[in-house]
Amino acid sequence: MDLFKDYAEFKMDILKEIGNIGAGNAATALSCLLDKPIDMAVPKVQMLPFEAIAERVGGAEKIVLAIFFRVEGDAPGNLFFILSPEAAKKLLRRFAYLTVDDEEEFTEMEWSALSEIGNILAGSYLSSLADFTRLSLSPTVPALAIDMAGAILSYGLLQFGEMGDDALLIDTTFIEGQQEVEGQFFLIPDPESFDQIFTALGVPKNHD
Amino acid sequence: MIDQQRIIKVGMAELDVIEKEGLIRTTGLGSCVGVTLYDPHVKVGALAHVMLPSSEIAREGALNIAKYADTAVPAIYQKVISLGASPKRLVAKMAGGSQMFSFAGKGDALRIGPRNVESCKARLNELGVPIIGEDTGGNYGRTIEMDCETGILFIRSVQMGKKEL
Repeated sequence: MDLFKDYAEFKMDILKEIGNIGAGNAATALSCLLDKPIDMAVPKVQMLPFEAIAERVGGAEKIVLAIFFRVEGDAPGNLFFILSPEAAKKLLRRFAYLTVDDEEEFTEMEWSALSEIGNILAGSYLSSLADFTRLSLSPTVPALAIDMAGAILSYGLLQFGEMGDDALLIDTTFIEGQQEVEGQFFLIPDPESFDQIFTALGVPKNHD
Repeated sequence: MIDQQRIIKVGMAELDVIEKEGLIRTTGLGSCVGVTLYDPHVKVGALAHVMLPSSEIAREGALNIAKYADTAVPAIYQKVISLGASPKRLVAKMAGGSQMFSFAGKGDALRIGPRNVESCKARLNELGVPIIGEDTGGNYGRTIEMDCETGILFIRSVQMGKKEL
């Protein structure tokens, strides 16, 4: 992408920091909810071919639970919180004291609790970014799905599809020690949003 | 199923052809559409994993024809013809084009699945290829594979299980 013609490394570092701040705050929020320390991996920021994006969660056919938000405001994009169905059950058990059964199906109550957890996490992810960049960013209501990772994530790539076969994503994994509640945040800003983000953070414009 | 059967994998926004035997497969179709062409007589087929309905919106440098319905369908048509398929015998099947997430009152961008399906159908009609099987729409993902021996399209989904077209 032309956007990364100049200061590429610097810009990548900035995006990585964005992932750090956003996911860091979400991890803190989750840690408060569960009253447990939550660890987090160093965010990865990469321009990846579409195929490789689903690989990040175990392959295009891997069944995942996704909570999806469209990010609206100054720098629109797509935000996914992805976890395995088993991890979601564990999260519910700890969070809502729901007597979660081990069946594969999710009840309406569990579904609704997951939306709420997603809301809290996405809200803290985005509000910290909004504070940091001084951009207005807000999530839509969450949409949930349990399906193949490829089918779910491809939805976040459509805007990039008009420009090429790669997309830039910021992804962060967090882990809760013994309970193995492992989740992954994917932030896929729309191609047009990078300019807004960099301008907001005072990165010099490309030399044309 | 035979061990070591040849499987040709088609990724997102890619297309490929198959001849004589084996399977051609694409995984994790959401709003994307998998379109297949097949000539049962010469056993030649093709599969495209279409992502967007029209190349008019493309802003990329070198156009990836496999990505857009209006360029991918003619491209696989030309490919199977060049491999000896007859326009008269060709048949098409398609799957995918779902709406993975539904938001109330949002614009056209969220209808991308149905628009992909419409666009593929329009191109197939222009080329005069009959659509003899279709499993599109819904709100779930699909993995599909076509057997080059028989032209059968196998469809798998998390929610709806297995299907054959």
